[in-house]
Amino acid sequence: MADLSTNFLGIRSPNPFWLASAPPTDKEVNVRRAFEAGWGGVVWKTLGEDPPVVNVNGPRYATLWSQDRRVIGFNNIELISDRPLQTNLDEIKRVKRDFPDRAMVVSLMVPVNEPSWKAILERVADTGADAVELNFGCPHGMSERGMGSAVGQVPEYIQQVTEWCKKLTKMPVIVKLTPNITDVRFPARAAKAGGADAVSLINTINSVMGVDLDRMTMSPVTDGLGSHGGYCGQAVKPIALNMVAEIARDAATAGLPISGIGGITTWRDAAEFIAMGCGTVQVCTAAMVYGFKIVQDMCSGLSNFMDEKGYKSLADFQGRAVPTVKNWNQLNLNYVEKAVIDQDSCIKCGRCHVVCEDTSHQAIFATKNGQRHFEVNDAECVGCNLCVSICPVPGTITMRKLQPGETDARTGRVIDGSYANWTTHPNNPMRSCT
Amino acid sequence: MDLADLKSGRLGADDYARNFADGHPPLNRTQALIEAERCYYCYDAPCQTACPTGIDIPSFIQRIAQDNVRGAAESILTANPLGGMCARVCPTEVLCEQACVRNANESKPVEIGLLQRFAVEGHFANPGAKPLFTRSAATGKRIAVVGAGPAGLAAAHGLARRGHDVTLFDANPKLGGLNEYGLATYKVAGGFAQKEIDWLLSIGGISPKLNSRLGRDISLDGLLAEYDAVFLGLGLSGVNALGIAEPQLRGLRDAVDFIAELRQSAPEIVAVGRKVVVIGGGMTAVDAAAQSKLLGAEQVTMVYRRGPDGLSASEYEQHWAQTHGVTLRCWARPLSVEASGGMLRGMRFAATKLEGGKLVDTGEQFFLEADMVLRAIGQTYEAAPAGAAIELQGGRIKTDEQFRTSLTRVWAGGDCRYGGRDLTVEAVEHGKRAAASIHAELTGVAHG
Repeated sequence: MADLSTNFLGIRSPNPFWLASAPPTDKEVNVRRAFEAGWGGVVWKTLGEDPPVVNVNGPRYATLWSQDRRVIGFNNIELISDRPLQTNLDEIKRVKRDFPDRAMVVSLMVPVNEPSWKAILERVADTGADAVELNFGCPHGMSERGMGSAVGQVPEYIQQVTEWCKKLTKMPVIVKLTPNITDVRFPARAAKAGGADAVSLINTINSVMGVDLDRMTMSPVTDGLGSHGGYCGQAVKPIALNMVAEIARDAATAGLPISGIGGITTWRDAAEFIAMGCGTVQVCTAAMVYGFKIVQDMCSGLSNFMDEKGYKSLADFQGRAVPTVKNWNQLNLNYVEKAVIDQDSCIKCGRCHVVCEDTSHQAIFATKNGQRHFEVNDAECVGCNLCVSICPVPGTITMRKLQPGETDARTGRVIDGSYANWTTHPNNPMRSCT
Repeated sequence: MDLADLKSGRLGADDYARNFADGHPPLNRTQALIEAERCYYCYDAPCQTACPTGIDIPSFIQRIAQDNVRGAAESILTANPLGGMCARVCPTEVLCEQACVRNANESKPVEIGLLQRFAVEGHFANPGAKPLFTRSAATGKRIAVVGAGPAGLAAAHGLARRGHDVTLFDANPKLGGLNEYGLATYKVAGGFAQKEIDWLLSIGGISPKLNSRLGRDISLDGLLAEYDAVFLGLGLSGVNALGIAEPQLRGLRDAVDFIAELRQSAPEIVAVGRKVVVIGGGMTAVDAAAQSKLLGAEQVTMVYRRGPDGLSASEYEQHWAQTHGVTLRCWARPLSVEASGGMLRGMRFAATKLEGGKLVDTGEQFFLEADMVLRAIGQTYEAAPAGAAIELQGGRIKTDEQFRTSLTRVWAGGDCRYGGRDLTVEAVEHGKRAAASIHAELTGVAHG
């Protein structure tokens, strides 16, 4: 059986699944239940200075649903821990003592001045926690007070605070990044420059979930008024995965340990983040949708996947997909795929035809000999993958790579198996000479 | 026993209420949303092609999923003004739902019929709703629609929408035809037939004339003299005889009369035998047999002369009958009605088989005791009321594709017309298309 254990910055945990800093890790009672259920670690909900913040007593959460009310997107306006600092510290100490094999990371957010960070780091060190995570990501509420994403959006602040923390504590320092920026490489580089041991990402994305069309207010509201929240859940996974990949493949930050966060709901999501370079993954929404038991299903799936592929440890596939992420101009323009529809499993819904006809390349026939029949017209197919994407039957439409010697029916060109990208393409006025 | 055991009031009040309640409860909103989301929104959807009235099924289901019940109802009722009744009585498993692409992998189509019912009834349940359809400017044309069953109602609605004035004649004291008199009570619980008619008439321009029987109270010539056009939706008023001696006995009657009596009376007062035999294999036979059981009959046997493949009742209907305690007996033809002392005692049957494609007796016979025997071996078009001038085909009125009969200014549709499957939904389509044809002819304007 595969070894799921991790050693991230010297912090050991029995599996890579940590609960992210969020409501599920707000209190001892929750964290104990999480560890009993099998979570490998937690990042305790963000601690701040006393007096504690105050939360609204109206809706803190809202959802984007898919069919059958499956939660695919989730939004919150909850602030950092609204309990006294000492209460949290006492609980952290007790839980870590009782669960020494689990990762206990403490998330922190205090104003941008050195004494504030010094004070809180000293008190956290006393709990026996394994590391701290600097919350530079929270996009709602705290950012209005110059903390959270207000720090994460200014690389110079990131670097400054990281430097203070590295100087002030022996605990490893993880910097949690906000996605509410234009290019995630800049804050990541700043964290590294400040001496961060790792980055974790993504925090939540600024979001307004909807409008109540009866009351004509944004939704949800507290007594008629609302405020943007932080968006997370399955819907944000592609955004998170891109940002992880950008950091993993950026020369300035390559090799910087990453704890991946963003819509991780299944073992498969977790494996994808690990393949994209992450050493651990953090989960919140899946637990808030299904409860803590979900970790057991994630561990089971990851373990079986690794056994099937022959991976003995997470290190065997960690980062394996990173070298495949490139700039567009590196993609092979001589490579050609065509869609193929498996007539045995096609249920003839015709969606591939109509979307190709209406919105793409008019490359799928709807009839054959007067009968309802959907077949790709290679002479028009550009291999765009739209039909594969919208077909309701898994595996019915696949993409076939044209082999050397075959002729592309659309262009009349014979495939020669060569590689040539945009940088050398004759249509590129900026092409480099070959 | 001296008397045949034929009586009403076999059950308690609660039993009647339960037995004659909605046979197939409607979807609630949650169920409807979940089911609607199963629809793939197919291109050139096979379900729509399979619907005789061509309802845009993907659109109405998408509208349900988007919580737009009015839009869904509009989509349905535009194509089929009796979409509510059709949702309840269509044999969807051989029409739209058979064509659903979900069958390929799941053998479980989207529940189109139940979703259609949800949309139409959801709309009807909103009494303050703005009308879905308004009448075009008055044309000044007057049209007589004879027969207020599905075909006549659809024709009347289509004509009224186009600005014509319609007089809707029916021999019965209520509008609706088969919808009001010919369907099992559990299919149309909640007075749905009349609710639908109320909605249909709310468009305006339709004047009902009840208790007006063609050939008795009105004549085709008289109508042609008074109206610009006539639509005949006469249905099938004749009932096939068994082809054997049929003595006058209290328990021997037509299934259609039994069904009609149940629709027009409280079930507590409808007499039923302790042992019932229903002769026939169609929807009428099922409705009569199942309702006999629901009225408290101990034994109900449906007897059909051919094999199960020949039953015209859909598989769904057969299953319904069987799960309600009806015994389905195939391969037997009636030989004689047995009576003594003026009382029905039962029926004797000859067992049959197919031999070289022909139905023959096997030589075996059997007897089924019965206090009540219901004839349900098909209905026929009675030609006399409309007169001999109309050309017939296969015993029914012949029309062209525009539903024009051999007589000028006379159209026909529904079961009285030759060439259909005797389905409610087809009758609606006939009425709908005849209305378009009448409009085009009277105004010289092509109109879909």
